[in-house]
Amino acid sequence: MKGKIIVLYSLVFLSVAVLTPWFGAESLDPSDVWLYLRGEASADGDIFWLQRIPRVMLALLAGGTLALVGASFQVLFRNPLVEPYTLGMSGGAALGAFLAISLPALWIGWGPFSSIQVLALIGAAASLALIYSLSQRPQGMSVYTLLLAGVTISIICGGTILFLSYLASPHVLVLYHRWMMGGIDVVGYRDFLSLIPFLIPGLILLLYHTNALNQISLGEEMAAGQGVDVKGVQRHVFAGGGLATAAVVSFVGPIGFVGLIVPHAVRRLSGFDQRTVLPCSFLLGGTALALCDAIARTILSPTELPVGIITAVIGGPLFIYLLVTLRWR
Amino acid sequence: MLELKDIQHTFSESNWTLHISSLALFPGEIFSIIGPNGSGKSTLLRIASGVMKPLEGTILLHGKSIFDLKRRIVARSLGYLPQETVSLYDFTVEEIVRMGRYAHTSGFGTLVKRDIVVVEECLDLTEMILLRDRRLSRLSGGEKKRAFLASVLAQKPEILLLDEPTSALDVHHQVQFFQLLRRLSREGMGITVVTHDINLASLFSDRIMVLSDGRLIASGSPSEVLTASTVRTVYGADILMGSHPESGRPTILPKLVGEKKSEG
Repeated sequence: MKGKIIVLYSLVFLSVAVLTPWFGAESLDPSDVWLYLRGEASADGDIFWLQRIPRVMLALLAGGTLALVGASFQVLFRNPLVEPYTLGMSGGAALGAFLAISLPALWIGWGPFSSIQVLALIGAAASLALIYSLSQRPQGMSVYTLLLAGVTISIICGGTILFLSYLASPHVLVLYHRWMMGGIDVVGYRDFLSLIPFLIPGLILLLYHTNALNQISLGEEMAAGQGVDVKGVQRHVFAGGGLATAAVVSFVGPIGFVGLIVPHAVRRLSGFDQRTVLPCSFLLGGTALALCDAIARTILSPTELPVGIITAVIGGPLFIYLLVTLRWR
Repeated sequence: MLELKDIQHTFSESNWTLHISSLALFPGEIFSIIGPNGSGKSTLLRIASGVMKPLEGTILLHGKSIFDLKRRIVARSLGYLPQETVSLYDFTVEEIVRMGRYAHTSGFGTLVKRDIVVVEECLDLTEMILLRDRRLSRLSGGEKKRAFLASVLAQKPEILLLDEPTSALDVHHQVQFFQLLRRLSREGMGITVVTHDINLASLFSDRIMVLSDGRLIASGSPSEVLTASTVRTVYGADILMGSHPESGRPTILPKLVGEKKSEG
């Protein structure tokens, strides 16, 4: 039963993975794309294998991660409005990105990472660590403090950015504004590959705890009574999800909505068992972001829109539709 | 067997300390904890279950400190049903009961045949078979309680701790609930109930403990503990003692004659 649902979502995920690379400003000749693999260089082959495929892969991975983290955070904080970015990581990342953009002297590009990515990651990791340390209590971690501290840190970062942008030049503001819209317009596999080491531990940790999260949705005391090490699971899920979010937001910017809406859509469509909800959120999140990005590439062709705009404009109404038409089963 | 030794716990906002020097819970008996609101009953139960760590004291499950054991191991012999269980999602009764097998599974919690048998048995015991596909939002307060009880029973605990399990039930279901508890205790389960219903506690318990302001006032069999002087000390003077027509166990009723005017 559960297996079948996951297979169904996987099929949709795979078909989007195979089909969306063919959509974009340029229409591609399949034979050129195919021959490119045999070593025959062509413009179409370049576009397909070095731009479209890495871009779609990044979208699948980033969207999937955001939705999976969102799904587990909504259980962890017992709050349906939580998304990965609620917790201040995006605030920290945005502050880091803003500093990188406004102070070129601060250039600390390292290895394959650009300065914006490095500083955004440092910012996100710093807020993650700060929130975590603030939430420590003698009895263990307090998820409410965690949530409030996260929201507060977002606000503080936002305020700092406002102050700095008041002083900054218009050019910096444009670049920063563009970063805030989120984008996955990459060339080559560098970004995808550099995300992997950050994401894998986090994603494994989250998927490992799916069954414990089921219990935690019955309440912390009930879960503890039934044999869950509640504090341990909370720590792992927060740290794993936080790390994954920090990485995603640093690489692709704050792409909103996927992490909030996709988990709700999955619960509406496929029930509440976290063992289904979490993996299916990953699959549907990736699917959604890849589709939104395909639309972002084509809708104003040859201009490309930042994908963050599409996720909000399409995702919002779609979710309202789900909300109204599908009853809780 | 579950033993509590030298337990002390204080909340910063309350003016009393929970202090229990020694308490043992045995298999095969129904043990009731009674006492006024805010006397520390629920806190004591939370501490006994290991869900909450007291500031001082030890809790031994089969002779081992409960905080040194993995929660999964603890849950295989100790069940705990909190006073309020608010599920985040609208699960079905069967899903809730299946979740009770958590401690006996690992990884993704796939249930094997043995687990399914236990789940069916617990649905049957709590008379939830016909409601198995019902979602929580469509259950009455009493049915919900029974669903969560079934889930805790699915842990197959030797000791079961229940925090006011009958507060949401009508008289008929309260009696049924306690009859079920008696049946379970005769099969060897040790059951500890925190309750406000002194009459039910008196009728169904083997042992009763009275708690007031965090201190043990009395402990023993219902007729030893529920004396007029103890009950009036703890709950006030406006109480009439009687005895149950069939069993002869002590009962209490509110007193009308000689009702005092409020003393400002």
